Order: sequence, then C-alpha cells, then structure tokens
Amino acid sequence: MIKILVCISNVPDTTTKIKFANSNKTLDSVGTQWIINPWDELALTRAIELKEAAPAFVQSVTVAHVGMIDAEPTIRKALAMGADDAIRVNAIANDSYSVAMQLAEVIKNNSFDIILCGIESSDYNNSTVGGMLSEILEIPSVSSVSSITIENDKVQLKREIDGGFETISVASPFVAIAQKGIAKEPRIPSMRGIMTARTKTLQVVEGVQADALVEYVEFELPVAKSSCKKVDAENVKELINLLHNEAKVI
Amino acid sequence: MDFNFTEEQLMIQSAAKDFAQRELLEGVTERDDKAIFPAEQIKKLAELGFLGMMVDPKYDGGGMDAVSYVLAMEEISKIDSAAAVVMSVNNSLVCWGLETYGTEAQKEKFLKPLARGEKIGAYLLSEPEAGSDATSQRTTAEDKGDYYLLNGTKNWITNANCASTYLVIAQTNPEKKHKGINVLIVDKNSPGISLGPHENKMGMRSSDTHSVMFTDVKVPKENRIGEDGFGFTFAMKTLEGGRIGIASQALGIASGAFERAVKYSKERKAFGTEISNHQVIAFKLADMAVKIENARNLCLKAAWLKDQHLPYGTASAMAKKYAADIAMEVTTEAVQIHGGYGYVKEYHVERLMREAKLTQIYEGTSEIQNIIISRAVLKD
Repeated sequence: MIKILVCISNVPDTTTKIKFANSNKTLDSVGTQWIINPWDELALTRAIELKEAAPAFVQSVTVAHVGMIDAEPTIRKALAMGADDAIRVNAIANDSYSVAMQLAEVIKNNSFDIILCGIESSDYNNSTVGGMLSEILEIPSVSSVSSITIENDKVQLKREIDGGFETISVASPFVAIAQKGIAKEPRIPSMRGIMTARTKTLQVVEGVQADALVEYVEFELPVAKSSCKKVDAENVKELINLLHNEAKVI
Repeated sequence: MDFNFTEEQLMIQSAAKDFAQRELLEGVTERDDKAIFPAEQIKKLAELGFLGMMVDPKYDGGGMDAVSYVLAMEEISKIDSAAAVVMSVNNSLVCWGLETYGTEAQKEKFLKPLARGEKIGAYLLSEPEAGSDATSQRTTAEDKGDYYLLNGTKNWITNANCASTYLVIAQTNPEKKHKGINVLIVDKNSPGISLGPHENKMGMRSSDTHSVMFTDVKVPKENRIGEDGFGFTFAMKTLEGGRIGIASQALGIASGAFERAVKYSKERKAFGTEISNHQVIAFKLADMAVKIENARNLCLKAAWLKDQHLPYGTASAMAKKYAADIAMEVTTEAVQIHGGYGYVKEYHVERLMREAKLTQIYEGTSEIQNIIISRAVLKD
C-alpha cells in the first residue's frame, strides 16, 4: 500500500486581470478568483485516477497547501475532486524556498511514498518547489513526468527527454514533478464529491521558521500588444518596411 | 439578508461552468443544426450527479439545494439549452415529484436509478388539445382492478425517447373532472407505447421531443402516485418547482447571449473605435445587464423560498415569466449588437434567440404565469 501526497498552490484564475499593489511589490487581490494551480490540478487528477484504478495498492491521496485560511475553498475543491484528506500549513507562502521548507516538514511528519508537484505554478512560474523539496528531504526527484502508471504494484514514470521519452522506476519515497500529459484534463467535482468534501479532514498545522530567500523588488505587466496593422495586398514594399523597421523581425 | 453563496454553491456553479465549456460547447451548433441529441454529454452530466442533484442522498441524489440548482442550470443553459432541459425535467418534475409524493417502494424502485442518472425520466402532461388547460386531459387511465389501462396521446414530450421512466397524467374518472386525474409511473418499454417522429423545432432542436401514443398499456396499480384523483394536484405542485428550472434556463440563455454581446462589442470596431464605446451599444448592454440581474434575483428568491420550505408558487411564476420574457428581449438585442454576424450560426446568438422563444411557451406560457401571478395578487 502506498500513500500519495499532492502539493497544491492557490493561484489567481487564469482569466484574472492582473493588477499590483504596494508600489508594484504585491498582487492586488481585490476581486480575484482563486483556483488550484492548473498543473497541480492535473497531478491531483492523476493521483485520484491511480487510487480508483488500484484501490488495493494506493491507500490514500492527501493534498498539502502552504497558505492562510482564505485558501480553504481551493483546498476543499481538491477534496471535492476526490482527495481523501488535506493538510494546510498555516504560513504565508513567501517564496519557493519557504514553501518547500514548510512542505518538507509536512512530509517528515507523515509518511508518503509519492509526492506529486505540478511543474510550475501559473502565478510565479518559478518551477522550483518540487526540486527544492527533494533536496531538503534528500530523496529522489523526477522532473518532466508526463505519465504515472501502476502495474503489478510497481510505479512507473514516463518522462520527456530530448527527442523522446524514457520510462523509469524510482525507489520511494520520491518527488515527481508533473507536466503536460500527466492527466487528460482536470477532474470536475461531482455532486457527491462536493457534498462529502466538508466531512473530510482538513488538518491545519502551524508552519516552521522558514525565512524567504527572495525579495520581490517590483512586478510589471508585459507590454500591451499593439493593434493589428493591415497592409494593402498590392503594397509589398510597405509590408517589408513595417516588418523591418517597426516589428524588427526581418 | 445575505446575498453570499456558500462554498458548496460556488463549487457547483464552477463545476457546471467547467462542464459546459469543456463538454457542451464543442459541437453545440452542429447538434442544433442536425437535431442530434447530446447523448454522450448527458451521460457525463449524469455521472457527475447533475440529473438528480436535489434528491436526498438516501435516495442516491446529490442532496443539493434549489439555489445550487439555479446556479448550475444558468451555467449549462448559457452553452446548451437542450442539455439543460434534460436536467430540468429530470430534477424538478420527475425526481422531485417521486421524492415528495412517492411511496418508499416507488422511491426505491424508480427514484434511485433516476437520481443516480442511470435512467432518465420524462413528464407527460401536454396533449394535442390540452396544453395550458391541463384539466382537459383526454388520455384515460381506466381502473381495471389491479391495473390501469392507459389510452391516449401526449404531445411535446421532452426526453420522450431517451427516458426509461415516464410520469403520465391521465383521466380515470371524467365525471369528477380534474379531481378524477391520476399520475402513473410507466415503464417506457411497456407494450402498447409508440413514439411519433422527432419534432422538427425552431430552437432547442437537439432536445429529444416527441409525441407519445398509448394503446391499451397496462400499468400496475402500485405505480399510481398518491391517492386516487391526486394527479392534477401532483401536476400543479411539480410545475411550481419546474418553473424554477425553466426560469433558470431562460436566465442562462439571456446571460449567455449577454456575455457574447459584451465580448463582441469590445472587439468589433466601427467609426474608428470599439462599438462598446458608442453610447447606443453601451446603453443596450446596460439595459440587458439590469434585466438579467432582475431575472437572476427572481430565480434565486424562488429557489430560496423552496429551500426554506415556504410557499414559492407565485415567486416561481414571476421568475419564469420574467426570465423567459427578458431572455427573448436580451437575445434579440444580442443579435442586433452582432449585426450580420449575429444572424449567422457561428456566433451562437441566433441559436440562443431561437431557444429563448421556447422558454416563453413550455412549462406554462408567459400568459399562464400571468394568470397564476394575478390570482395571487388579487387574492384577498
């Protein structure tokens, strides 16, 4: 029997219009809808699928999150999707290192065989928590995992390599960093899942001392896309001029 | 007074929205065009528990409240009303009727598979000559001792082909007029049942609508819901809740068209700027937004009353009438904002406009809703 932990981030909905506050040092979260980080959601979906497919082998799927109480709706959605229980580390997620330190503590205090992380979060795109976590815990990590399967009680990971794929198995516990392909699409919670989510355990643990290593100096928005310019089909000279002098692509 | 939704309600809204975007949007125009029933999509909707979402979990339902149902119906109807109407009929008319008035044995046998979404239900009230005037039932359920013998024709039956379980309203004692009407649970595969062709409708073309003919169909006595003569009361009571479903469907049609109109108005340029910057368009959108907000509040009020076990018949009639009428207005304006593009199928709003028309007609026309509302208003 194995236990799976899926680490989830709470991120602004991908359609959110991003604004900043505090002299562009933090996100202005007024009116923001929060969701499970899409990569983590796919990883969670796969973990739930594994448990459903091999209930005698996968004992439980737990989700862990580092953040404050306002993230609990996101955590409960994970429970509604089918996770068995959840742990929230009551600490502010200051940077990747502090998050990894908090998650490492959760893993030390419990026993998990597979720790799944999405390849990156859709807010900060650091792609570092999974790697840091394995380093802190001194356990293997497997990056760019696009498939996890269980056959004859053996976990196999398929990962993308240059020009192809490789399939490997790793001694547990290990961290698997999930990317595209891990699950087809995120699971939509069922009515029954939503109904039972509130009865599942959402354990809140206090965070450990884990100072951030990164200070965010300033955020800025990407340059707005300029509007489309139409060039008359006959006027090739003008097109070349614009591509050369304005778009600077030729 | 609290306008906040619970975490569960928001989760259901989001699940319905995700489902509609992911499973229903693709192919909706083609299904409508060719009148193809969304069988695969309905199966998935059923697996998620949407078809029996308000049924008590002890009968295998989702145990959700009517407010959640309004939120889910709106999201599904924004994208595909033909799928939404399956959900509405199954939840509000069939499951609710069985759960509220059925015996334990009937709930065990018929309600549970419907609530699990393994089977679909249909509600057979309208007849070729009895639509708004539901008392004039010509379909007969003759009392033959241990069974009823069912004869007659029902019209405009949603889910007629895909359903396995029919709730049929029929006259047993014509001399007692509406007090002689019964409601029977009928297995669609019973000998003597035949279907007319799929109705070639103006809108909601992929919804499964047929006439159903009964010729000497034997229905066991234990399949009658309630006491002898309870059928008319059953019909009126179930329709009270059914109106919340159709009102929410109309709301979804309106808000779906509105969202598309807002998006288009920010993209389309005329006279050197996006058309949303022209006051004539901006004010149209403002008027549409106010109507939609009113309709949503009426739907939620009716649902809230139902959840509080307070009388909701008048509130649901107001919601149904208003939401259906504004759905017609809003979708017509959405087509107008889209101009020529609104008149072609690619932009969806012409389909939503055709769908809106039906919400003013079925499950009680807007005129019938006015009768219900005016009687309540004029009552001493």
